[in-house]
Formats: sequence, structure tokens, C-alpha cells
Amino acid sequence: MDLLRSDFDPTLVLQQKRRLKRELLQKEGLVPKKVAILSGSTIGEIKNILELFLLANGIRPEFYEGGYSLFYENLVFDDGSLKGFAPDFIYIHTSQRNLKLWPEAQDDAAACEEKLNAEYARFEQAARTALGFGCPVIINNFDLPLYRVMGNREGVDVHGRVRFVRRLNEKLAALAESTPNLYINDLAYLQALYGMDRFSSVTAWYAYKYAVSLECLPYLCQSVANIIKSLLGKNKKALALDLDNTLWGGVIGDDGAEGIVMGSETPAGMAYAEFQGYLKELGKLGVLLNVCSKNEEAIARTGFDRADSVLKADDFLCFKANWEPKHLNIAAMAKEINILPESFVFVDDNPAEREIVRRELPMVTVPELTSPEEYIAAIDRAGYFEVTTLSADDKKRAEMYKQNAQRAALEQSFGNYDDYLRSLDMVCEIGAFDAPHAERITQLINKTNQFNLTTRRYTAAEVEALLDNDEYITLYGRLVDKFGDNGLVTALIGHRQGDVLDMDLWIMSCRTFKRRLEHAMFDELVRRAAAAGVRTIVGHYYPTAKNLLVKDFYATIGFVKTAEDEAGNCTFEFTGFEGYQPQCGVMEIKRV
Amino acid sequence: MDKQSIFEAVQEIFRDNFDDEDLVITRETCADDIEDWDSLEQINLLTAMEKKFGLKFKLEDVRGLENVGDLLDLIERLTA
Repeated sequence: MDLLRSDFDPTLVLQQKRRLKRELLQKEGLVPKKVAILSGSTIGEIKNILELFLLANGIRPEFYEGGYSLFYENLVFDDGSLKGFAPDFIYIHTSQRNLKLWPEAQDDAAACEEKLNAEYARFEQAARTALGFGCPVIINNFDLPLYRVMGNREGVDVHGRVRFVRRLNEKLAALAESTPNLYINDLAYLQALYGMDRFSSVTAWYAYKYAVSLECLPYLCQSVANIIKSLLGKNKKALALDLDNTLWGGVIGDDGAEGIVMGSETPAGMAYAEFQGYLKELGKLGVLLNVCSKNEEAIARTGFDRADSVLKADDFLCFKANWEPKHLNIAAMAKEINILPESFVFVDDNPAEREIVRRELPMVTVPELTSPEEYIAAIDRAGYFEVTTLSADDKKRAEMYKQNAQRAALEQSFGNYDDYLRSLDMVCEIGAFDAPHAERITQLINKTNQFNLTTRRYTAAEVEALLDNDEYITLYGRLVDKFGDNGLVTALIGHRQGDVLDMDLWIMSCRTFKRRLEHAMFDELVRRAAAAGVRTIVGHYYPTAKNLLVKDFYATIGFVKTAEDEAGNCTFEFTGFEGYQPQCGVMEIKRV
Repeated sequence: MDKQSIFEAVQEIFRDNFDDEDLVITRETCADDIEDWDSLEQINLLTAMEKKFGLKFKLEDVRGLENVGDLLDLIERLTA
């Protein structure tokens, strides 16, 4: 069973949790993380199943389990155990079962309002106290009550419990929207999605004090795991999309552009149109759309020329319509875009094609597709692209990758790589970490895997602590060229001990590989370090499954390797301050 | 469903839930005999049985289930 596919069987997940865990633990490169679960109702099985979903996403959790229904006490009156645990994530599992001050018929409007504010204040305090531990905090909003004494009026009247819960949820949404590091697990949506009677089984509550039925508990855990993996930069980034019977009905090679099914005229046409619209929206959030189809390219493109085609040819980054095996096309696209194959979701109606890709590229995620009206759910319910933070860069991402393709085309026309780089008219803005850039820096730190020397992750609070801190030298770099703004794409952190600067972190987005940006950063680092009286810079390389690329990076910019252990961890030293010659030389530097 | 088929299906559920292909249960097997059989797992076993036999246990049904025999009797009664 693949837990990353939306068609997992929740009952089988529960039943086979031990075997699944055993199998998932075999995966290599699991990232250890500490997760504290605080309880508003029974959490026993939530811990076990959340573990499975985190493992499926490459995260090996260690848990702190709060006392039964003691979420508030465990947080506000921590006996030191939670602090000692030092969580990377806190999940507070509450539900409408934890609401105490329901409005009553005899309450006047002011009393109803007071109760609302008092309940809100309790959960807000719990959330804020949790945030004090310096890690991301996930809270539930509230599921709807299971009965309505007034019927429909419950949703309208200030005394109504339905209205009460909806207002509370709105207040929690406003809180999360304005509070960094606070995320909402949408229990109300899950309850609606899986059905109130099924999701909020009263038997599970009366018999075992589970606020969510056992049967739906895996969906809850999937939802929480999606938030966590998204925060850890483990979202998928790209879709590889088949065309015939995937984006439209019929076979364009046989039926021609006029003969394929799409648009609002037929039921199937509407299903394909809505699916295309869904993909287009994903594209606007920065998910990279690519075609991977067995077709003649010229004919395939005519499908998107139709006026009723929601997607247009220029919505796609790579357009692979050819007769090559699809796994080869996906591997080629990964290389062209410069992302890892595991960042791809492959969408194809043909079971044989899906099977080949699963076998040849097991790291690629391949959802099951049945019938066009179910395509959206097959992708949406899995949470491949769960958005936790949305920066301006995310929305522009597809545009940036497209500009990269233009750069690649330009590169072909130059015999000399330096000439090509100079022709890009690059301007690099370099500055110390500051408040306006802190959120993007944190995001970059937590999702960069390839050009990442130490793969050390930082929470927002940890980045915050580096601002205006004399013990650290920090730099971020933003790169603009004649094709567009790449955004903030690189950062480094060094901490000072006497005249030694020890590099805690150096990262760069794969978007700007081979632009000499790393050299521009180092030139500036040397300048600032020298001015601060540093005599030696110490660099570290800690190998992971993904950062082989930078194994020898320090050696290429003037460092000398001083140590290497059996695990491949290396230490380098740089002392060449005197007579240092800047290494970049292909871009204008704007210091801020 | 006859007694033997119910027994075999329940045995299969136990093997699946406890990830032990060789697990052999009897009517007398109880929580003390299987290390991972705690109150949490009891709920899981019952959920698996509901699914397997197409049942929905009532609150009264799941009280006082002491051993495998009690479980078998309950399923036999509800599927009769």
C-alpha cells in the first residue's frame, strides 16, 4: 500500500500498521524529527498512524505524547518535560468535544459574545504558549457539532452551536493568518469531506474517547503529516501529464483537435475542463506543469489551441510529446528543470504506463486514475502540493523556470561560458539577513537540498535570532538578470569565535546553479569577514543523499581540506585573506 | 458463516494486526498472551472485524470482551 496515494484503504492502514512501519523504516535517508502531540481526546492511535504518514514522506518522528485531554495544562504548566523534549513540531489535537462554554438559550447577546471570546482566548493561549517553544505549531479548527436543537437556525442564531463553531473557526483562521509558525489542520473540512456520521462517530467517542472515528483517523494523520512535510520542504514540485484521456477525452492523433473531448458540451468534456482548470490553478501556485505524452508534438500542441481548452501550450514548462518511454522523458525533464525526479507526480490514465514509471522510477509518485470525474480528487486528496507558506516567489516560480529555458537557449549561442554569463547582465544584491527577508530565507533554508553544505534546518525563530547579532555573519543574495528576477536564492551563516568564522550554513537554489553566484557570495563574505577581523574561515561538508554536488565546493574556492571522517564529513579551512582576488567577475554587485 | 470460517477470518485479522504470520489463537487467548494487545489494539481489532464481517458493533457489544472466545461468540451472534 502506498500511503502517498489518495486511494489508500484507511482500515487496512490501521490493521497493517506494524508491517507498514517495518517496511517504511527500510527507506534510506529518513530525516529524524521530534513531534509533540498534545491531547484534547485520545491520541494513542494518532501517534502510530501519523508516524506511518511521516515515514512515507521521508521523516522519522520521535514523539512526545501529552496526557489525555491535558493539552492546555501540558502547555501552559509544562513540568519541563516538553521543553526538555525540544520539539521540532507541536500538534495540538483538539475538537469541538473540548468546547465547554456553549451559549445557552437564556444568554443575552453580550453573554454569547463573552463565551465566544473566552473559548477563543483559551485556544489562542494554548497556541501562543506552544509557539514559545520556537517550533511550528499545528492546531485543529473545530468540527461541527453532531446535533442541532434548533435545526437550521443553529447556523444563524448567536445561541446556535453551529454558528458558535463557525465563528470560532473564523477567529482561529484570522489568528493563523497573522501569526508566523502557526498552522491550522482543517478538521472542519475533513469532517465535511468524509461525512459527519462517518468521521465523528459517536461510538468512538463514547467507548474510547476518540473525537475522530478510527476509520477516518488515517485521513486526519495524513492531513497533519502533509503540513509537516510541506514545512520541511518535502512537497512535490512538478506534474508530468499525459494528454490523451488524461487532459482531454479521445486520442488526438486519431481524432484530431476537433474530435477530442473537452469543454462544456458533454459531461466528460466538463470533467476534463474542470481538471484542466484545477491544474491551471496549481500552476499559479508555482507547481510546474509538464507534458509527458506519446504523440507527435505538432499534433499534440493543436489540442491546446482550441478556444475551449483551459490550459494553453505556454502553461507548460517542458512539453515532451514523443515516442520515448515515459520514464526517460521524466528523467530528462528533471534534468532540464534541475529538480530531482522524486519531485514529480506522474499523471496518466493508462495503467501500463503508470506501472512502467513506478517500476523504473520508484521515487516518482504515481496516483491511481480511474475515470475523468475522479482525477481531481486523486491528486487533491493526496496533498502533494500542500501550501503552508506562500511567498511571492512561489507564484512566479513557473515564470522563473521559463526564463531559465531562455537562458539555456542563449547559452547555446556563445562559445565561451564567461561571455554568456556576462551577456546576462546579472545584478546581485547581497546583504545581511534582515526582517523583510527572514521568511523567504527560512523557507529557502528548509527546502534546499542539493547546494547545501550542512543541511542544517532553521525555524523562523532561529533565523529571527540571527538578525543584528554580532556573533554571526549572515548574507543573502538576490539575483536579477535581463530575463527577470530570480528572487532571493542563496544564503549563508557563519558564527564567529575570536578570529575564526565557522560556517553553519551555505545554501543556493538549484534555479541559479552555474551562474558564479556562489563566487559573488564568497567574495562578499571574504570582504566582510576581513573587515570584522576574521583570519580563518572554517567550512564543513556533511554528506546527504542529495548534496553530493557540493562535496568539493570549498576546495574549488580556495579552502584546504583539514579533516574527513569515515562518514564522509569534511572540514575545510580558508586563510587566503591577504591579496584575495575576487572570483566572480561576471555580475554587478549591489551591497545593501 | 460457520464457526470454522469465522475462526479462520479472526485468526487472519490477528495475524495481520500483530504482524505475525505464525500467530495461532485459541478461544482462551487473551490480552495477557499477546504483548501488543492493549486497549488501543483492542479497538483496532474490533474495527477490523466490523469491516471483515460487515458489522457495526453497538456500545453494549464491545463491553466485557475478555478473550478470543468472547469475540467469536459476539460475531457468531451478530452474523447468525
